Amino acid sequence: MTVWVETDLCDACKLCIKACPYGAIELKGGSAYILERCTSCGACLEVCPKAAVLTDFKPRQIPDFSDRKGVWVFAEQRGGKLTRVSLELLGKAQELAGELGQEVSAVLLGHQISDLTATLVEYGADTVYCMDHEALKHYRSNAYTKLIEELVNQYQPNIFLLGATHIGRDLAPRVSRRIAVGLTADCTELSIDSKEGILLQIRPAFGGNVMATIANRYSRPQMATVRPGVMEMHKKPGKGNVIEYKAVLFENEIKTRVLKVVKEKKKGIDLSEANVIIAGGRGVGDANGFDILRELAEVMDGQVAGTRVTVEEGWIPPENQVGQTGRTVRPEIYIACGISGAVQHRAGMMNSRYIIAINTDSRAPIFQVADWGIVADLFDVVPEMTRQLKEAKEKTFGI
Amino acid sequence: MDIIVLVKQVPNTTDVKLDEKTGSLIREGLESILNPDDRHALEAAVQLKEATKGHVTVVSMGPPQAIEVLTEAIGMGVDQGILLSDTAFAGADTWATSSTLGKAIQQIGKFDLIICGRQAIDGDTAQIGPQVADYLHVPQVTYVAEIDNIDEKSVIVKRRLEDGYEMVESELPALLTVISEINKPRYPDVGKMIAACHEDASIKTWNAADIGVTVHEVGLAGSLTHVIKTYVPKFKRQGEIIEGDTKAVVRELIQKLGRSEGSTACKAVAAACRLEAS
Repeated sequence: MTVWVETDLCDACKLCIKACPYGAIELKGGSAYILERCTSCGACLEVCPKAAVLTDFKPRQIPDFSDRKGVWVFAEQRGGKLTRVSLELLGKAQELAGELGQEVSAVLLGHQISDLTATLVEYGADTVYCMDHEALKHYRSNAYTKLIEELVNQYQPNIFLLGATHIGRDLAPRVSRRIAVGLTADCTELSIDSKEGILLQIRPAFGGNVMATIANRYSRPQMATVRPGVMEMHKKPGKGNVIEYKAVLFENEIKTRVLKVVKEKKKGIDLSEANVIIAGGRGVGDANGFDILRELAEVMDGQVAGTRVTVEEGWIPPENQVGQTGRTVRPEIYIACGISGAVQHRAGMMNSRYIIAINTDSRAPIFQVADWGIVADLFDVVPEMTRQLKEAKEKTFGI
Repeated sequence: MDIIVLVKQVPNTTDVKLDEKTGSLIREGLESILNPDDRHALEAAVQLKEATKGHVTVVSMGPPQAIEVLTEAIGMGVDQGILLSDTAFAGADTWATSSTLGKAIQQIGKFDLIICGRQAIDGDTAQIGPQVADYLHVPQVTYVAEIDNIDEKSVIVKRRLEDGYEMVESELPALLTVISEINKPRYPDVGKMIAACHEDASIKTWNAADIGVTVHEVGLAGSLTHVIKTYVPKFKRQGEIIEGDTKAVVRELIQKLGRSEGSTACKAVAAACRLEAS
């Protein structure tokens, strides 16, 4: 199967080039040209206003899944405690189920966990499927997969969401393969397509450089894992229904054993994975100047970074450098302190979600890429910010 | 001990540049590399080979130029390479990819251990390992940070969790996905890499017919999920200068941050400061 362009019909509008997820179309001799990279996905066919893009690919029949009902959430618990992302997913599930006119169910596996069902109902589960078995004391892929397979086959859900945790990312692909359905990883947004009624799964791709919308048209349930912290929890008044599902499990079919579980404090994380980055430039003055940045980073659960100059001066280590020769970062909050914003530095941080610039020079180019700028001395602003956030945290959480 | 390592050639996504005018990705000149986590998988396999007098086969699915990463693997000490390459494999999602890799592994035959990197930097899905394990009906342990002990029957590994780790024992054969913490990969030996480029070298290429799959099971046609749209996230910068005395300025900034949408870090600020959404 191939895709080609009828050059007589093509008016070089470039819509297909924009639509191509694979960068496989370019303009050549005044019309669109399909490169070898093309995977025949058909995205260009749909957007061409002149119907100049043609294919011999016959579209696959989309099966009728109108009998599949229900939005399921995997209620992940560790040591009898529900993970926060499970409740966040219940919040999103209520929204999706509302649009579809369907119900929300939570799937809870573990040992001596029946007291968690009330919390799941409180946060939006109409039904909780609860499986209690001694062999489920610790999470194990084979045990969980077998039981979820049984449950899915019996109740035939439409959508099944799991948190993208170390457990969710181990379990979801195993389950998806077992029950022969597609799976989308690490979604940051979910919605229902109003025309087709399918789940639209949005996730970062290509190292976070693009966002992709993914559909799961050929199998049910539509499975996705969702990043923790993205969706919002919503309590829901009313009652829920708990269904105790009898788990039959034999130790010899599980094939793994958890020998021990050890809790450890987090070590310093990678800049590219940091949610908050407090970055310093020449304006920080010297190595000691970074101390106030570190204090702010600590209260905001972030990491400290620096520009090329600060690394060359030896104020911070090279692995903390942001910019074209350093790392490209994409945190949710980037606070640029005493950074003028050379083009190389901007290239390394301009995809951050929110950018704050603090600089005494109002003409510094960093202000052009900032959401909020403060024209002031960082040695006044940064400690004040640390102080206010600390005070608020102490008041709210008592720590 | 027979070990199979699954690797992928990926574009170096940390190096991606955007066309400032159109906002689209510049793909030309983007370097192709051996996926970083997979390098650790190779190192783990070669270390086990050295300790147990084992045999290591590296498998990759990709276009013909992906032979480069197999050559590199042989340079690290792997015994043989198999490249799964066919236009029919193109555009595969993880379902179709795991079918292809699973079929190929069945073709290879006996194995005690399969080792993969945790995830590839171009897709970041971390799905292939568990999906291949289920395809082959073998147990899996993901996020492996250390191989503590291994004998003919079982392996004991340290599995990394968000808040610590667990020690897991698994029967063999099994599949492990490893994280970078597990080892420091060696540099490939240039002599071995050059030898791998000879015609009679230990790298074979298999197509769809070689592994016995039809075009409907693999590639885009065999996929269950499809990308229906991609876009480059572009944020409208508010470009607002906050003025006033330090205390007031900071208070305003915190409020603005806390009321910003689409960020967990902002939500954390809002929660601490008890801000209501605007």
